[in-house]
Amino acid sequence: MSNWRSGRTGGLAALATAIALLPLALVNNYYYEVAILVGLNAIVCVGLNLLIGYAGQISLGHAGFFGLGAYGSAILAVRYGWPSAAALAATTAAVGLLAWTVGRPILRLRGHSLAMATLGLGIIISIVVNTEDRFTGGPDGMSVPPFALFGLTLAGERTWYWVIGALLLASVWLALNLIDSPAGRALRALHGSEVAAQASGIDAARHKLLAFVVSAMFASVAGSLTAHYSGFITPSKVSFLHSVELVTMVVFGGLASTFGAVIGAAVLTTLPQLLTALKDYEMAVFGAILMATMIFFPRGFVPTLAAWLARAPR
Amino acid sequence: MTAQLVQYLLTGVTIGAIYALVALGFALIYNASHVINFAQGEFVMIGGMTTVSLVNLGLPLPLAIVLAVAAATLVGLALEKFAVEPARGASVVTLIIITIGASIFLRGVAQMVWDKKLHALRPFTGEEPIAVLGATILPQSLWVLGVTLLVVVTLTWFFGRTLAGKAILAASHNRLAAQLAGVNVRLVLALSFALSAALGALAGILIAPITLTSYDVGVMLGLKGFAAAILGGMGSGIGAVAGGLTLGIVEALGAGFVSSAYKDAIAFIILLAVLFVRPSGFFGARGAERV
Amino acid sequence: MPRPHLSRKLCALAAGAAFALSAASTALAQQPIRIGAFLSVTGPAAFLGDPEQKTLEMVIERLNASGGVLGRKLELVSYDDSGDAEKARTFAKRLIEQDKVDVIVGGSTTGATMAVVPLVEHAGMPFISLAGAVVIIEPVKKWVFKTPHTDRMACEKIFVDMQSRRISKIALISGPGGFDKSMRGQCLQVAPKYKIEVAADETYGGGDTDMSAQLTKIKSTPGVQAVLNAGFGQGPAIVTKNFRQVGMSVPRYQSHGVASKEFIKLAGEASEGVRLPAAALLVADTLPGSDPQKKVVVGYKNDFESRYKQDVSTFGGHAYDGLMLAVEAMRRAGSTDKARVREAIERTKGFVGTGGVVNMSAADHLGLDLSAFRMLEVKGGNWTLVQ
Repeated sequence: MSNWRSGRTGGLAALATAIALLPLALVNNYYYEVAILVGLNAIVCVGLNLLIGYAGQISLGHAGFFGLGAYGSAILAVRYGWPSAAALAATTAAVGLLAWTVGRPILRLRGHSLAMATLGLGIIISIVVNTEDRFTGGPDGMSVPPFALFGLTLAGERTWYWVIGALLLASVWLALNLIDSPAGRALRALHGSEVAAQASGIDAARHKLLAFVVSAMFASVAGSLTAHYSGFITPSKVSFLHSVELVTMVVFGGLASTFGAVIGAAVLTTLPQLLTALKDYEMAVFGAILMATMIFFPRGFVPTLAAWLARAPR
Repeated sequence: MTAQLVQYLLTGVTIGAIYALVALGFALIYNASHVINFAQGEFVMIGGMTTVSLVNLGLPLPLAIVLAVAAATLVGLALEKFAVEPARGASVVTLIIITIGASIFLRGVAQMVWDKKLHALRPFTGEEPIAVLGATILPQSLWVLGVTLLVVVTLTWFFGRTLAGKAILAASHNRLAAQLAGVNVRLVLALSFALSAALGALAGILIAPITLTSYDVGVMLGLKGFAAAILGGMGSGIGAVAGGLTLGIVEALGAGFVSSAYKDAIAFIILLAVLFVRPSGFFGARGAERV
Repeated sequence: MPRPHLSRKLCALAAGAAFALSAASTALAQQPIRIGAFLSVTGPAAFLGDPEQKTLEMVIERLNASGGVLGRKLELVSYDDSGDAEKARTFAKRLIEQDKVDVIVGGSTTGATMAVVPLVEHAGMPFISLAGAVVIIEPVKKWVFKTPHTDRMACEKIFVDMQSRRISKIALISGPGGFDKSMRGQCLQVAPKYKIEVAADETYGGGDTDMSAQLTKIKSTPGVQAVLNAGFGQGPAIVTKNFRQVGMSVPRYQSHGVASKEFIKLAGEASEGVRLPAAALLVADTLPGSDPQKKVVVGYKNDFESRYKQDVSTFGGHAYDGLMLAVEAMRRAGSTDKARVREAIERTKGFVGTGGVVNMSAADHLGLDLSAFRMLEVKGGNWTLVQ
């Protein structure tokens, strides 16, 4: 247990230091942009990791929640003139409610049926967003006004960087606390063996639902912020491919590792930017890297690295 | 009104047969290894695109088809050997990501080998539509239905009557017991991938004259095939076929009678509804969970 | 006053200054002019981005081979956004901040273009878009221009042709893409102006492989005299084939989104008689010699087809126009200063491109009118001009 605690605060401190020092390496707004995108993806992944890594469920439709967050904020702000903070809060609450309603029947499914059901959910949301163009602007997307709070607008990459950095720290802290709480321990027990956990008196359904709803709300908040930051939102963020990208980041970084989720997001967001030099070969190389990393680091980046380091004193 | 209904049904059954073939591929690999092969759709793409290239080079169509199926089979074996086998023992989610990586890799290579444009394959026996009960059906659709039927019959015979087929079934039910009985389970795995790839390629070749093919045609078809396999009960052959046909028909009827914009949504909503009532699909085994 | 000394000093100073100036300008002359681009080379809009990329590469090579622009070589910095507007935005930021390009020619899709507009407006970067929707230049944005004809123009050109064939009741069928929806919206809006009634309005999905269900519905709608497919990509080819299958024979119109030989190849025999509005580029060889565009379109077509061994497409043509507009503007402005180049682009008059003759102004950042579109019909497996 003490291991956990020092690991936790140590990790948080390291992350905070990294976030504070990174701007030294960010030479222009493009670099800041990539860092911000990493942060936004990391927030989603930290939440998704609670569901996949700790609760042992799977979701191939989380881009749906992300998209609902983005479009919810955008539509309330643009079509109904809501102030950004109110829109954000309302949207997050609504997405949480949706996740709670839909989650109860969906989480009774297991394995690939669950995968399919979440995939189907994501696709349904994606289709609605694409088709209802009077609200959403359809495939061409819609503009989103900047985020405004108490008369101050969040503008400029540097400001956003600190906001997202702070939010990421908060998300990681929240996730770690959740994992270490009785609810979190129940989740981990569930992951080990659902039947055994139930035999010990743990309400499996309630805890799985909790993980589902929390991860959906993380995704929704990240979505809303992405919409305000980009100033523009299109349905590509709601697509099946984006859902797959998110799961890939979580698994790549390491299941049941919150910091792994952050690292997974960082690597897989930056990698395509680095591979642009390869032009036509980019897709093939990206796929090859993905395969190779999962074959050689089957438990994900961070857990495998941790295992190596544990064996290191030689 | 009936003519419209017949038209929708004919369309639905044709595309449903393609979904069925892709779903069978998913089922085969799942049975052999409990892996959901997200690269299944790329076999469909390889089948269609290879045939187009070979025909453009001047080869007669039947030869091109055979070679294309062979090429896809080789890719399937390579996938098994280099991506799935080294990762055996990894968690289900890891294996899913590996197959996703494989599908991205195959698409990336496809766009280099071929190009990003759409390609047409000429229909096997002409394009004059045939009138049926006030609606029309293409000769190519008859090929699709005929070949799918033949495949299903052959597979039923193979799994029911031949030793090799029974060995595969045995390995999927209980790997250890099958090994003890002398079944080479590594070979079974390779065989499943090969057969799965061949089925996918066949589906791609059959449908290419109707729907055109390109380097990324596998994404949507793979997804729909997966959905069909789950609907029918993952791992069940009959289920794959039933799931495929159902999905195709629901889509076509949804497009015709409700809304073409929402037809995919309708199909998925129905899928979700079925799963809520019967989580293991139409014909899936009601799983007993080991503690 | 010791004049000789002063004059000698003056001379030395002048010589030194002249030397320094020429050294600096030579150094400046060595620096290439950077043309930035973000295109959908892969993904669902590869139909657009691939010929655009190839065209930019080809034209820049030729310009460099004949001495460059303003004595400097051109350098292309281009990224593939795979049809994703978010990626496009990040790449545009990269072009502006990291690669520090002088002008941006790109944005294959409307979504990608609109996502980038705030960036270029804020950074003061001249941007020539290669996407179709009218919303890109209406309302006019200071730094944003475009070369392709708008979707509204396509609708109007088609409706004018329909009027000449006394068609007043039509069916519309379109796909899910941004292009399709935008054009459908524009057509529905302007149809009443041409006394055309849209009696049926069907849609199909992205990966759809069979549209006979939708066409059957159209066939059973009474009084439909023509069908307009506001589509792009593979959908229109399948719709055209299905058309024959369900046994319809009324006049068919396609959008400029399929203005290429590819469409005829994919749709096969079923494409005979299909009409669409397109740039003169598609019928370059059969244009009369007196046509003002003849020289430019024939030149571009021959260059592209001999270099890449594939049929020319109007999308590549738009990229050609975009690049040449920027280059001509730089030549007229005599510099690559972004504000001056922007002004020069806005003052373009009488520029002959593959899409038409361009006359821009502060209120018109497209510069084309309906006459830039030609009505074409498929005859004998080829595009021909409708007289």
